Amino acid sequence: MPYAIELRDISKRFGAVQANKDICLQVPAGTIHGIIGENGAGKSTLMSIIYGFYEADTGHIEVDGKRVDIRSSQDAINAGIGMVHQHFMLVENFSVLENVILGAEGGAVLKNGIGAARLELQRLAHEYSLDIDVDAIVEELPVGLQQRVEILKALYRGARILILDEPTGVLTPQEADHLFRILKALKEQGVTVLLITHKLREIMASTDNVSVMRQGEMVAHRETVNTSTEDLAELMVGKKVRLTVHKDDAQPSDVLLSAKNLSQFDSQGVKRLKNVSLELRAGEILGIAGVSGNGQSELLNVLSGITPMDEGEIHFAGQVINAKAPKNAAQMRDLKMAHVPEDRHKMGLVTGFEAYEAAVLGYHNSPVYNGKILMNRKAMLDECNERMAAWDVRPPNPHLKTANFSGGNQQKIVIAREVEQNPEVLLIGQPTRGVDIGAIENIHEQIVKLRDSGKAILLVSVELDEIMALSDRIIVMFDGAVVGELDAKDADERTLGLMMANAFNEEEGVSA
Amino acid sequence: MSQAKVPAWVNVALIPLLNILLAFLVSGLVILAIGENPIEAAGYLIYGAFGYDEGIGYTLYYATNLIFTGLAVSVAFKGGLFNIGGEGQAYIGGLGVGLICLSLDHTMPLYVIAPLAVIGAAVFGAAWGYIPAYLQARRGSHIVITTIMFNFIASSLMVYLIVNWLKEDGRMAPNSRTFEENAWLPYLHELFSPLGINIGDSPLNLSFIWALLCCVFVWGLVWHTRWGYQLRTLGTNPTAARYAGIDTAKVTIWAMLISGGLAGFVGLNEIMGVNHNLLLNFTAGYGFAGIAVALMGRNNPIGIILAAILFGALYQGGAELAFELPTITPEIVVVIQGLVILFSGALEHMFKDRIEGFFIRRAVA
Repeated sequence: MPYAIELRDISKRFGAVQANKDICLQVPAGTIHGIIGENGAGKSTLMSIIYGFYEADTGHIEVDGKRVDIRSSQDAINAGIGMVHQHFMLVENFSVLENVILGAEGGAVLKNGIGAARLELQRLAHEYSLDIDVDAIVEELPVGLQQRVEILKALYRGARILILDEPTGVLTPQEADHLFRILKALKEQGVTVLLITHKLREIMASTDNVSVMRQGEMVAHRETVNTSTEDLAELMVGKKVRLTVHKDDAQPSDVLLSAKNLSQFDSQGVKRLKNVSLELRAGEILGIAGVSGNGQSELLNVLSGITPMDEGEIHFAGQVINAKAPKNAAQMRDLKMAHVPEDRHKMGLVTGFEAYEAAVLGYHNSPVYNGKILMNRKAMLDECNERMAAWDVRPPNPHLKTANFSGGNQQKIVIAREVEQNPEVLLIGQPTRGVDIGAIENIHEQIVKLRDSGKAILLVSVELDEIMALSDRIIVMFDGAVVGELDAKDADERTLGLMMANAFNEEEGVSA
Repeated sequence: MSQAKVPAWVNVALIPLLNILLAFLVSGLVILAIGENPIEAAGYLIYGAFGYDEGIGYTLYYATNLIFTGLAVSVAFKGGLFNIGGEGQAYIGGLGVGLICLSLDHTMPLYVIAPLAVIGAAVFGAAWGYIPAYLQARRGSHIVITTIMFNFIASSLMVYLIVNWLKEDGRMAPNSRTFEENAWLPYLHELFSPLGINIGDSPLNLSFIWALLCCVFVWGLVWHTRWGYQLRTLGTNPTAARYAGIDTAKVTIWAMLISGGLAGFVGLNEIMGVNHNLLLNFTAGYGFAGIAVALMGRNNPIGIILAAILFGALYQGGAELAFELPTITPEIVVVIQGLVILFSGALEHMFKDRIEGFFIRRAVA
């Protein structure tokens, strides 16, 4: 029996970067095939080649044993390939139905197409048990259902091979479980699924076969039943890695920062942060768990002075900060609060700057970096060189544009900048997002070291593993409010997952 | 992921040169189409711009205005602001210069008037940039729209002021009286002749030197001061600027003040350097051409000087060309200028990626 999809010696180069090198892959029909690899291993490039966003330099693709020439996403759709992107490609203010027929409207007049689509969607929903209200407006649906719309969209176009790119990044553990049930159902109907992820647990839980990519090459193929997370992790990074953080028990002492009933409204007047109170103690890591978009970013922005609060107050460094007496980000820094933002590209760095310039962002007014009139370039460069050596930033070139460092090295530049200021309180958001495993370990160690030196750390992460491994105390946020607090020792994935979906009380019948 | 480096000269010299060559090639086709010999035309153009002392003087005189407006556009652009109002700011800057000269030329010597005129040009130009800046920073109106509008307001205001208040009594021409000679900026040929250097008579005057000093000032300000750091942060990543605690409204307003002030210096060259009276429409589109100059000069002072000289050469050489070959009208010269802008600005990426790719591959191999 021919393979549903087969790649033969696919290579792709971007300038100096060999993104894919002689990739061979065979995916039997009706299986779920996982592809794992670190960020930058070439997974996304490979999928983009299959889906026609890029053309391979060499090699070719076969679908059902026949060679296909995929030059555009339309070619891919015609070959029966569908893709669910990491960031959904949906028109938010359209209904589910309108989104599904987008690009396949079936003629100039919408009416006929919509009628046919409604019937077809009902059939698909029934066949694959993908229930959804086809007239709902997409932006009003929870993320899990939006993803279902993406899957329906692909199936509606006749996809027999479905590619999912990091599908669980935005989902709660419960939603993720649901997704995997759907994938199983699809598989039973003969659909072939390609699952791209860097989460080993998902691979183990849901796939039949798994292929591992490292630095642009396909380094191993395994049957899932014959492998283990440790085995896969080792294949991914090429060396033994530690998936846990070694740290002693916390020795929390004085409260360094306390926030009382913080609330913040967005420009539309929607309350994004709802009466959040918390205390940060010296020598303790407080983790904020929650599905992305439930007020964590707003909390970080308010605490760090980027957005003013509308209600409540912060007690910090002997000052009372409230809506009447706000402090901006520069003033908070002067009070020795450091902030590693969640999104280093959007906020933490100026990617067009050379590394030594980005390495003083926020501290650019410090006398250390300034002469009377001009900035002291030499001081900036010397310090950047020192820090690059101390933090093992590669390449250690202060003149390289920040954009040209890998994610992990960019993050090291940001964390070094904030930590080296010797802050009393460190706010740190998604410290290891888009960072490869080797660097994750290093970053985690630095965070624990800072805690042990008696600083207070507020950690926001959507990675539950990270929250559980690093935190001493965990707060869970949902819809802008704190819905629970627990000692890290008592936390397990299931409890946290339920709290994150705010379903803890209903399902367990106990209070959090 | 390794990142090979493209040699600097490729970006700084090779690509702009290729773009200009292509623009001239297409211009050649246009000239061929109207029945003239492109080689001959190019000869007239180049000779007119660089072939003799007076020609060079004129080229640099035009370039002076373009350096001022190019710098103005680039400072605003470094802060992420598209200042389309250079024309109006230059016009009002000229008003500042004119008022200083008209009120002091009977009583004060040049060394008093000149610095005051510099301040007048900067303050008036900056004031005209301030209102759109304030509206953007504090009220959220878009600066592109407001600066365009302010060009028209400046134009009407100048007509009103000159016709009703500043016009010389008993004359029909809409301009002020001619300043006394002690309010004239010295021509460079006058300054050089006592040294025994003869550079030919042209309108090139002291404001050219001031333009070069402004380039140094902008270079230092943008790349070597804290304020410049904040400006560039705001211009490339406004979210990062807020994260860094930069007062974005304040930086925006100051960027436009400096931008407007630089544009205002066109008035020094035109009013105090050449015309010696306050007149209508002396800005003649320099404010808009400054956008092209900044674009082509990649918002870098050295690039802006080179681009300004290129455009100055097109103005001067183009005038010579239209004079020598009557079938080539001034409009055709505008077409050539337009093609240069098109190829070096709008179509910048046509070759860029391919050439960079070539050098990266070569560096890797």
